[in-house]
Amino acid sequence: MLQFLLRRLMWFAITLLVVTSVSFFLMRAVKGGPFDGERKLDPAIEANINARYHLDWNKYKQFAQYMGPFNLDERGLFGTREQVFGGVLTGDFGPSFRYRDFTVNDIIGQSLPISALLGTVAMMWALALGISAGVASALRRGSGLDVSMRLAATGGIALPNFVIAGFLIILFVFLIPLFPVAGWGTIQHMMLPGFCLGLVFAAYIARLTRTGMLETLSQDHIRTAHAKGLAPRHVVLRHALKGGLLPVVSYLGPATAGILTGSLVIERIFNIPGMGSHFVNSATNRDYTLAMGVTILYTVLVYALNTIVDLAYTLLDPRIKLEEQ
Amino acid sequence: MDASALAPKLRAAVAVLLLFTLLLGAVALTRGARLEPADFTFNNGTEVQTLDPATVTGVPEGRVIRCIFEGLVIKDPKDLSPVPGMAERWEISDDRLTYTFHLRKGAKWTNGDEVTAPDFEWSMLRMLDPQTGSEYAYQLWYIEGAKAYTTEVHPEGHPQQGQSIHPPESVAIRALDRYTLEIKLKAPTPFFMELMGFYPVFPVNRRNLEEAQERWPDSWEIEWLRPENIVTNGPWKVQSRRVNDRIRLVKNHDYWDADNVAFETMDVLAIEQASTGVNVYLTGGCNFVDKVNDNVVPQLMPREDFNPQPYLGVYFYRVNTTQPPFDDVRVRKALSLTMPRELICEQITKMGQVPAYSFVPPMTIDYTSPETDRGATEGSAEERMRANAQRARELLAEAGYGPGGKPFPTFDIHYNTLESHKKIAETVMDAWKRNLGLNVKLRNEEWKVYLDTQSNLRYDVSRSAWIGDYMDPNTFVDLFLDGGENNKTGWGNAEYDRLVQGAVNEFDPAKRFDMLERAEAILMDELPIIPIYFYVTQNLVAPRLGGFYSNPGDEHFPKFWYWMDDEELAAKRAQYPDDWEIVDPHGPPEGLYSPAAMRARVSQ
Repeated sequence: MLQFLLRRLMWFAITLLVVTSVSFFLMRAVKGGPFDGERKLDPAIEANINARYHLDWNKYKQFAQYMGPFNLDERGLFGTREQVFGGVLTGDFGPSFRYRDFTVNDIIGQSLPISALLGTVAMMWALALGISAGVASALRRGSGLDVSMRLAATGGIALPNFVIAGFLIILFVFLIPLFPVAGWGTIQHMMLPGFCLGLVFAAYIARLTRTGMLETLSQDHIRTAHAKGLAPRHVVLRHALKGGLLPVVSYLGPATAGILTGSLVIERIFNIPGMGSHFVNSATNRDYTLAMGVTILYTVLVYALNTIVDLAYTLLDPRIKLEEQ
Repeated sequence: MDASALAPKLRAAVAVLLLFTLLLGAVALTRGARLEPADFTFNNGTEVQTLDPATVTGVPEGRVIRCIFEGLVIKDPKDLSPVPGMAERWEISDDRLTYTFHLRKGAKWTNGDEVTAPDFEWSMLRMLDPQTGSEYAYQLWYIEGAKAYTTEVHPEGHPQQGQSIHPPESVAIRALDRYTLEIKLKAPTPFFMELMGFYPVFPVNRRNLEEAQERWPDSWEIEWLRPENIVTNGPWKVQSRRVNDRIRLVKNHDYWDADNVAFETMDVLAIEQASTGVNVYLTGGCNFVDKVNDNVVPQLMPREDFNPQPYLGVYFYRVNTTQPPFDDVRVRKALSLTMPRELICEQITKMGQVPAYSFVPPMTIDYTSPETDRGATEGSAEERMRANAQRARELLAEAGYGPGGKPFPTFDIHYNTLESHKKIAETVMDAWKRNLGLNVKLRNEEWKVYLDTQSNLRYDVSRSAWIGDYMDPNTFVDLFLDGGENNKTGWGNAEYDRLVQGAVNEFDPAKRFDMLERAEAILMDELPIIPIYFYVTQNLVAPRLGGFYSNPGDEHFPKFWYWMDDEELAAKRAQYPDDWEIVDPHGPPEGLYSPAAMRARVSQ
């Protein structure tokens, strides 16, 4: 177990380094800079601004400054002290170029909990809807119920969530005024966006659960359980579900990372100050530091959650051992 | 009991515990996020870049900065003329080169300091300082010594690299005493008072920055702007901020004119999606949005709260005049003659935008824009277009293109990726194809790439827009000086440059406007740009809001805002044309007036 974690950690460090450097240079290879606007700046002013943000340095020096831990700045982007520790290696993602009153750490600190909370609500919707639909489908295989559930799941995957969001807003905000139309702050604010965000995941989960359950239900130990005379409910919930959920569990890792870091579309429609919009906006704004910050964060999340999924596997299926991977 | 029997129970316990913590965390988070609704909420359209006046450029930033800071003068909400702010009165010398501002005594910063003339001297010098990196520094370059101070810096390798080679004293901004500020200009600048009311030149508190520098040597540039640290002098103070959500403002009771400020709390939202902003407005979540989505315009048009008005912006196409065939003015004229302006305004933008035949939008001042050739004026739209197309084809033939001449090369209409730009480009493409037989293609690029392409003249015809900074044609015509950064067409004309630059030194308004009109006439004759339409405002404003006026700058001043009571609202509605649709007025039925207005109402 420990060996497994250590090995994971090593690969994690390497992955992170590669992701960071590739995205750093890719980001800066794209045309346009953070301070380009409709109004083109006077060359002297542009030079002043580039100097202030070190955009006049060569890219390698900028990279070294960004990574840290030593401050290469002789004349003080931040004050006059030399050789201050900073940079990504010390956990400091630097100031944002677009939201200049905030550091990237501030922005992530504000938006990640919001996305996480929205993601939790969405995940609860997704799991509740997905697993129950999947199990019901599998148990009544080929029935009208199964067909309609599968149709709904395909619909859930195929329909873009802004369509569903628009439909729900018309229904639950304007026709039946139950929920606020947008914003963030109360439980009511979370229901519609959580549902919309969860729906796609629910559809996937339903399909995965159905497949997993069908496979497990046809296995020997289930037949044995039935033969022993256990109640059908007991067989399904205690024995079949455990194996049937394995595909869902492996899907949950990346899904949770995705759902935690938010969804641009849902955040825009419901005006939620979460992480999702930063993924896209930081790139279009050429907000180098914020774009890097969210990319690194996403890498960490995906990696961590995948590791947790691998650990969870051993709990669900005793036949799987970590060392064998 | 052996360990294997314990394990499942333990697992279950851990799972339950985890879920429980998650829920508890969720509840804790939402409790903290709950805010009492503000007296007034408006959507600012995006998150502001910064609250530091010296380094901002955008309209959304301006709206918030005007709430929390105040300059020497502020603007009259109806006609945007300068009215006293921190300066009680001012004098302009006869040669119009020396401005003397007399500050009001007793105006306070939120840290208790008095707002003084040295504050303004320091703040303006800070804005000009090359190390501040102010994008709008050039707005102060009309001041003697200012341009050199910003632009002439020590080169790389010098111990003071990046700093100005000039001392701050070389800039003619002087605090003569605690309450007198003197500014000397290098040329009479008729719109200088307007610039003094422009938010980037608003002052900041020196002690605020210097204390932050001392406390947080590594991160003071962010720390001084935090809600708990920032020191301001305007009608409201910043209470809290959350990126992409809202800025909560609370009334500054120490503000010199606090007696005339109505709202105790104000929320500034950062909703980017226009349709979401409209939805929030329609459900009462905010009381003013400045942008609506195109597809609801027909429904909004009859409503009492939606009255698009012309304002200081123009939508136009730049033409790359450095390459054939567009280096030929006859080709540009042909393109302009067949530009389907009316069709675009009637079928696409649909908010009453005005087809543009000149570059400077209509203003409230005594300036008349010379127009480019409108072509045929008689008959239906179709007949006119047919006549214009005929003339345009003749122009192209004269330039050597078309039947019997060279084939006209295929060219692109270049625009930044946005549905509305695309629709307009498609209409134009269609018109040029149909009327002139040209092969036109569309090319869209992501915003920053588009800007790069435009600046480097790697386009044929490119979508553009310009919004004036102040109410003077100069803010438009100086774009197309030969070699200017914002010219982006490769066009230049010596006579044009002479007129525009000469106008800066001319202080007889009539003569000055005459020079600028002659300059614009050259522009409209040579057509390095093809104007398409003038902007209209898209404000959706709560009917009960008082103190809100439409003006050509589309600038609004929350300081003057209040909620009308039912009586005043009824009086306002009595003035409406018959076909206006009455909607939810927002706000409290009893109104919300400033303390001064309340006293005046009681004594009546």
